[in-house]
Amino acid sequence: MNGKTEVSEFYSGLYTDNIKRIEADSSPFINSFRNEAFEKYTQLGVPTKKNEAYKYSNLDLFFKHDYKTYFIPDKSDFQKAEDFRCDVTDLDAHGVVLVNGFYPTINGKLRELPGRIIIGSLNEAAKKYPALIEKHYGKYAKSESDGLIHLNTAMASDGVFIYVPNGAVLKKPVQVVNLVDSEEDTFSQHRNLIIVGENAEFNLIICDHTLSPRKFLTNAVSEIHVGENSHFDIIRVQNEHNNACKITHTYIHQEKNSHAASNNITLHGGLVRNNTFHYLGGEGAECNSYGLYLADKWQHIDNFVNIDHAFPNCTSNQLFKGVLDEMSTGAFNGRIYVAPDAQGTLAYQKNNNILLTDDAKMDTKPQLEIYANDVKCSHGATVGQLDDNALFYMQSRGIDKRQARLMLMFGFAHEVIQNIKVEALRERMDNLVMQRLKGELSRCASCMVKCG
Amino acid sequence: MLSIKNLKAGIDGKMILKGISLEVKAGEIHAIMGPNGSGKSTLAAVLAGRDFIEVTEGSVEYFGKNLLEMAPEDRSKEGIFLGFQYPIEIPGVSMVNFMKTAVNEHRKHNGLNPLSASDFLKLMREKKELVEIDSKLANRSVNEGFSGGEKKKNEIFQMAMLEPKLSILDETDSGLDIDALRIVANGVNKLKKPYNSTIVITHYQRLLDYIVPDVVHVLFDGRIVKTAGKELAFELEEKGYDWIKKEVDNQN
Repeated sequence: MNGKTEVSEFYSGLYTDNIKRIEADSSPFINSFRNEAFEKYTQLGVPTKKNEAYKYSNLDLFFKHDYKTYFIPDKSDFQKAEDFRCDVTDLDAHGVVLVNGFYPTINGKLRELPGRIIIGSLNEAAKKYPALIEKHYGKYAKSESDGLIHLNTAMASDGVFIYVPNGAVLKKPVQVVNLVDSEEDTFSQHRNLIIVGENAEFNLIICDHTLSPRKFLTNAVSEIHVGENSHFDIIRVQNEHNNACKITHTYIHQEKNSHAASNNITLHGGLVRNNTFHYLGGEGAECNSYGLYLADKWQHIDNFVNIDHAFPNCTSNQLFKGVLDEMSTGAFNGRIYVAPDAQGTLAYQKNNNILLTDDAKMDTKPQLEIYANDVKCSHGATVGQLDDNALFYMQSRGIDKRQARLMLMFGFAHEVIQNIKVEALRERMDNLVMQRLKGELSRCASCMVKCG
Repeated sequence: MLSIKNLKAGIDGKMILKGISLEVKAGEIHAIMGPNGSGKSTLAAVLAGRDFIEVTEGSVEYFGKNLLEMAPEDRSKEGIFLGFQYPIEIPGVSMVNFMKTAVNEHRKHNGLNPLSASDFLKLMREKKELVEIDSKLANRSVNEGFSGGEKKKNEIFQMAMLEPKLSILDETDSGLDIDALRIVANGVNKLKKPYNSTIVITHYQRLLDYIVPDVVHVLFDGRIVKTAGKELAFELEEKGYDWIKKEVDNQN
């Protein structure tokens, strides 16, 4: 396996060098996963292109690098974060900030919102609410082939914890802003745990940002449990610089009659890989998995989706769209697995791409594994250019070509954006996408958070 | 208004228009008829600025300006409107947004401020009635999922919104049932002003029952082979195009 490669061994070294510091600050329960995870990591290593699920992404571009330290904050880092006031301008949300994956001490490490909803640091929650953590932590993020899950379990010590109890309905979304900021090239990992009880309703927004122009690598795992009859949406907005690599693994475990939607919106980033797993773990569960990626220069954006129809009468829908400019590349891999007794399954998948240049490239791969017979499944993928006929039609009405191109691209992208339920965010995203398509969006500028 | 002189044009080196001359004066309605493949739609496309058609010879003047040098969007803003034979579907772009952008581009060109949202919607409501278009269509993506008739009505609706000086209607009647045909033709007639002109390109005479032309031209094999008054349309309806072909053959 890959565990013995030079690249993989570098991260084993980071583990060995830092594990004492990591364990000292973590709860015994979270620590109890580390040994076994590290062993699995040493077998699997960092995925290479030989790993079928990663064949379109060259992770070495970011993994093969001598990150000086494994980031573990000390008090001064938190002080810096304290100084770093971030508030949301026009989005009415409960804000949470993570700095390099750690929860700073703004307003304390855990806070309670109306409806006994708890938001805060995973590390702190593991000490204060061990029963909740023990029921869910490490239960959903499992992999027999991806060493990065295990590297995260072995080393991550903080991230966001959210608990939405049974029957709680949070009208305002929670916005988590992940800031990556360091004067050194930095590798960081964090771990989020979101527990949504039964009959609850909750929207989560995660924004990924880089603040300083160093080389960054982030490997983040989120475990999410959505209880019976609950509604949960997660929207991830990525706007990192070209020298940053973001790898996310989002596991959404859904119970009976639950509705969950994930939406990965990548506006900017050097190398982005989003792994999204929906496990439909009870009859009547429904999931939507959306994604939008806009890339240029040498950017590479790769979405991997796995929908697991483990129970009968569940519905899933995937819609991923991308616009690739210059020599950027993209990949989409959408797997639908229908278990032998998952009768009455409805599963749809669509991936549409626009290549604006001859050098841009897109790999798209549907993967359907169906072991039940009463199933409706469909998938479709397109890779094409902007429609010349549509451009001419618009021009013939007085709209100049540049504007017509923008309108076409925007209309294409909007099909994904329109699925965002929070109206203020939907409008904000429309604006950001328009700015991005106009080439006006750079790094952190004009994001939804106003920093400083 | 429009002066076409000895226009020759083709696609990929294949000549389609083989020397067309045509004068359209303000207020006139011209009908261009002709069998399939005679070059009618190519002529419309050249006038609207489709760039894959190569003009090899001749000139087109529009209000004294060289039309062939103008970008398609500038032709539109200067008052040329092409009603498409096959209107294009534009997923993700709403009719409202599309028309608002177009109308405001025209206004900018004419030194006017953009319309406010409410004024724009008012204008849309007014013009929609003209072509009896379903108001729900305005909220949908441009032409997406429209029936054939709705698409053609939508062309006339756009024409009403943009108030062109010269409208070129390319086979606007094709695929329309008699009711839709009447609505479309009525729309065109209501929009007719003493100073604006229309070129109606059609296969059949029946549209000309509603939109009465001043001049009828017959286009055949890339040339205008016959020009006469509206009675020519009836003659064509009765006798078909074969006698024209024979006449042309005899001349050669």
